[in-house]
Amino acid sequence: MFAYIIRRFFQGALVLGIVGFIAFSMFRFIGDPYENILGQDATVLDRQALEERLGLNKPIAIQYLKFLGNAMQGEFGVSYRNGIPVSEMIAQRLPATIELAIVSALFALFLGVLLGVYTAINRDGFLANFIMTTSLIGVSLPTFLIGILLIWVFAVELNVLPSFGRGETVEIWGWKTGLATASGLKSIILPAITLGLYQMTLVMRLVRSEMLEVLRTDYIRFARARGLTRRAINFGHALKNTLLPVITIIGIQLGQIIAFAIITETVFQWPGVGLLFINAVNFVDVPIMATYLLLVGSLFVVINLVVDLLYVVIDPRLRLDGTEAR
Amino acid sequence: MTRKTLSAAVLFALAAQGVMTAAQAETLRWARAGDSLTLDPHAQNEGPTHTLAHQIYEPLLHRDMSASVIPALATEWAPTEDPTVWRFKLREGVKFHNGEDFTADDVVFSLERAMKPTSAMKELLSSVASVTKVDDFTVDITTDGPNPLMPSNLTNLFIMDSGWTTDNDSAEPQDIANGGDNFAAKNTNGTGAFQLVSRVVDEKTILKANDAYWGKDEFPLEVSEIVFTPIQSAATRVAALLSGEVDFIQDVPVQDLARVGGTDSLKIVNAAQNRTIFFGLNSGDEDLTSDNVEGKNPFSDVRVRQAMNMAINRDAIQRVVMRDQSSPTGVIMPPFVNGWTEALDAYPAVDVAGAKALMAEAGYGDGFSVVLNCPNDRYINDEAICQAAVGMFAQIGITVNLDAKPKAQHFPLIQNRTTDFYMLGWGVPTFDSEYIFNFLVHSTTDELGSWNGTRNSNPDWDAKIVSLASETDLDKRNATIKAIWDGVQAETLYLPIHNQVLNWGMNKSVNFDVQPEDQPHFKFLTFTK
Repeated sequence: MFAYIIRRFFQGALVLGIVGFIAFSMFRFIGDPYENILGQDATVLDRQALEERLGLNKPIAIQYLKFLGNAMQGEFGVSYRNGIPVSEMIAQRLPATIELAIVSALFALFLGVLLGVYTAINRDGFLANFIMTTSLIGVSLPTFLIGILLIWVFAVELNVLPSFGRGETVEIWGWKTGLATASGLKSIILPAITLGLYQMTLVMRLVRSEMLEVLRTDYIRFARARGLTRRAINFGHALKNTLLPVITIIGIQLGQIIAFAIITETVFQWPGVGLLFINAVNFVDVPIMATYLLLVGSLFVVINLVVDLLYVVIDPRLRLDGTEAR
Repeated sequence: MTRKTLSAAVLFALAAQGVMTAAQAETLRWARAGDSLTLDPHAQNEGPTHTLAHQIYEPLLHRDMSASVIPALATEWAPTEDPTVWRFKLREGVKFHNGEDFTADDVVFSLERAMKPTSAMKELLSSVASVTKVDDFTVDITTDGPNPLMPSNLTNLFIMDSGWTTDNDSAEPQDIANGGDNFAAKNTNGTGAFQLVSRVVDEKTILKANDAYWGKDEFPLEVSEIVFTPIQSAATRVAALLSGEVDFIQDVPVQDLARVGGTDSLKIVNAAQNRTIFFGLNSGDEDLTSDNVEGKNPFSDVRVRQAMNMAINRDAIQRVVMRDQSSPTGVIMPPFVNGWTEALDAYPAVDVAGAKALMAEAGYGDGFSVVLNCPNDRYINDEAICQAAVGMFAQIGITVNLDAKPKAQHFPLIQNRTTDFYMLGWGVPTFDSEYIFNFLVHSTTDELGSWNGTRNSNPDWDAKIVSLASETDLDKRNATIKAIWDGVQAETLYLPIHNQVLNWGMNKSVNFDVQPEDQPHFKFLTFTK
């Protein structure tokens, strides 16, 4: 087991190295930050001086190695946009993104499982069919459209929820949270639904099909024959056995939720790392972009590792042989 | 149960009262696309950064809501008998937010700070040789040569308190590119009408009225608190205004103007913006890289440039692409700028037959093809304007291949001179033609012509442009400006399209004019009660 984790750790490091290199080779295609930094009043000499100072005229490989070397020492550079150290900016923004991701993941998980079970049990019910059909919208509509739609209905027309921002925040043990105030809670509803809708429908459809599968098995029939309550059968026996694939999906989707929060954060002006990244792309703020991509890369590596380990915990069959047949 | 209802009623009443007092205190909730980049007033030369700084800090003089120069910390200014020295009389009895007195020392300190290498404002003071204190409320600015426009370079040069700034180790402006961080980038101490209460970068900035402001009797000063939130997504920004979560927004997208204007509680106010949109052509090189003509450069023939100028249907662009939110022009200069005349502004009538004849005369009767580089996230409907122009040029036989890119990729093409045909927009912060000539007309040297992508080099123009900087006889100077413009127009150096129109959206209870530089000064804002 320990050797397995060590091996996965080195694989992860390799993945991150490759992610970084690809990122750096892409940066040359998104333009240069000189006009953004210097403004229109700059002379040719000013621009040359800045080019020299930022080192952006050096070959990609050298820029990359320099970044990597600094990153290893925990030094991620400084934002070109406002001169604040990248690590400080990301640390300041991360709580907002993590809160949003967790709330949307919980929303996706609970509502997804609930609706999944309901539509599986009442397979041909009118409501179940209605839910199944509308869930297609969740899968097919792009995130920004859902966000704008929700803003339109709940902020502009009904005027009940805020259209942007995070509301009031309070600091609890150094963690700036919006979940402890009324306006903060109101503010997270629309972005969390927008971000989690796709995952919610995914979980729902997954739970539904797994449930249908399980409900046909012999042990469920036997349970019915024994006269157990419907509730005990559906939730105690059937649901438990559908959860393995759900955990895999939620694990990987949590990474997706954090990575794709970019669009939701832009639509709702949610002050997280996704919004920071979009600003950085517009400004060609290379240090922020590079650090963000590394962060998201490490997140995926860690989540994949955790999910793999969770498998072993949940499914005893995988424990038979120490190295797993991988 | 009853107790619960009662406490709910009390809570509700309290909340309602809270809302009412907030309304009486006249809070203005303001949103625009981008945040200020730093609070250090000399570290960035950028619009949104200056907007926030203008509320907190003050320059010696600044442009009011109609863009005319009015006194701020200086009360009078005039050149002395020596034309290289400008004398500024300072306002007396002004205090910084921390209670310190404002004196000549602060002016000398601040202007010298703005001239340091890490300052982003140093270009505006490049002609200044020294700033000297004459007495506590008089300052002399000495320039290298006579500089008739000295005051108009000072409108965004903010004055800081020398004691506060040096005590907090911020004597050098924040060095953005090298990650310099200083106290002044996060804290403020100005003389302005508002002072900083709290700020979270890219999230929210709260300002409150400065009770000790010197201009209490001069300006309405009805706003007692400003809550500024950047909202990047245009649709969300408009939604926030529609839902009443903000009272005032800048950067209203053209397609939403009707929606906002049609809402009972809201209004749109607009004015011509200080920015001209135009096409630049590589007329200086021997051959173009992006065309299909071998061995020669079609743009180097003035008849081709004139034909293209006649082919652009500016009225159609205004009507269809801009939904009337632009004013077509025949010169690359907004109307506020010194040197602007109606004759220059007049644009040629669309004349496809005439243009074709000119093309044939120049030997391009069969046309040619060329690539047009265009930004897609910089100016209002930039890419759509280029698409419209493609069709118009096709009518006279020029096949234009459009290449639209984000601004971060588009501007380097112009700066590195790798585009033959491009769109550019230009604002004139000094409100004088010299600024346009320095960047767009003078041939490219280390100091001048950095945005002149035409590769055109005209020694006669260059000499005239350089002479403007030190010509103190204003009539003579204006004559030179006219001569240069006549030359530029005769050569059709650029193909002007229009001046942008600026739209601000606001609650009906807000009375506020649109400032042509997109710089709101909230001390002028009033409310209808």
